[in-house]
Amino acid sequence: MNLESIPLQAFLIVSSALFCIGIWGLLNSRNAVRVLMSIELMLNAVNINLMAFSSYIDNNLIQGQVFTIFVITVAAAEAAVGLAILLSLYRNRVTVDMESFNLLKW
Amino acid sequence: MSIAITTQFICFTVLSLVVIIGALGVVFLESIVYSAFLLGGVFMSVAGLYLLLNASFVAAAQVLVYVGAVNVLIIFAIMLVNKKEDLKPINDIKSRRVISTSICLTLLSLLIRVDLTNVWSLSSPQNSIGEESTIRIGEHLFSDYLLPFEVASVLLLMAMIGAIVLARRDVMSKDISTGLPVDQELIEKSSEPLLTNKN
Repeated sequence: MNLESIPLQAFLIVSSALFCIGIWGLLNSRNAVRVLMSIELMLNAVNINLMAFSSYIDNNLIQGQVFTIFVITVAAAEAAVGLAILLSLYRNRVTVDMESFNLLKW
Repeated sequence: MSIAITTQFICFTVLSLVVIIGALGVVFLESIVYSAFLLGGVFMSVAGLYLLLNASFVAAAQVLVYVGAVNVLIIFAIMLVNKKEDLKPINDIKSRRVISTSICLTLLSLLIRVDLTNVWSLSSPQNSIGEESTIRIGEHLFSDYLLPFEVASVLLLMAMIGAIVLARRDVMSKDISTGLPVDQELIEKSSEPLLTNKN
């Protein structure tokens, strides 16, 4: 390992921790806005991973950075549509509690 | 990037601490507004991590898109739906917490084990292209990633139209095929306006 720079593993550990925090929030939040925020956290964790690999392993053709840009695009679209769905749910149910969105429960 | 290694380490430590603590705050804080602002802080620190990785263009895109667009959108959504409500208690909340926490911790330990034990084949001259990365990204986007680039533009258009259609209040006043008035109960349950001041 090259000691002249930050090890790759440090970035990977940060992104793993961020991803797991995002999953915890996704599973345990009752506010629907917080669920969307957790999804954004998870996407950011994935982005850190891609950027770290692109900088440390593939630093000539930086394809990871291109992928990160695509992920950012998809995340922006996802946030817009997700919040629109949330507003329409709020109009129908007058709540943002995840436990009350049980229309598809069998 | 030509800053000294000690500075890089200090920057990395501070940024990753802000990322982790901010993310914990986003998930655990009671007030959703604090969570939204902490989320902005997390996004900014992630942009800082990108700068440490010699990716100035992606860092700028991160700040513009996440902090400038997504976070503002989330804050607007909070303003629209932020109503104090007493959540119904869930009776098996404790077992749920235990199960989800154990799943997350297991996944975290698994990921960290993979991170630390795998032998990564690092390329030898690190960060060799440096400032050229923006040029390289442009070349990628207009040569071998041209199709995903165009598809992304279509995706953004679809998301924009979809968001407008979903968030509109008056969906349809009459049926397109029959001309009869639409039962608004199907579309919108409550007739009370969204922005009333309850107190």
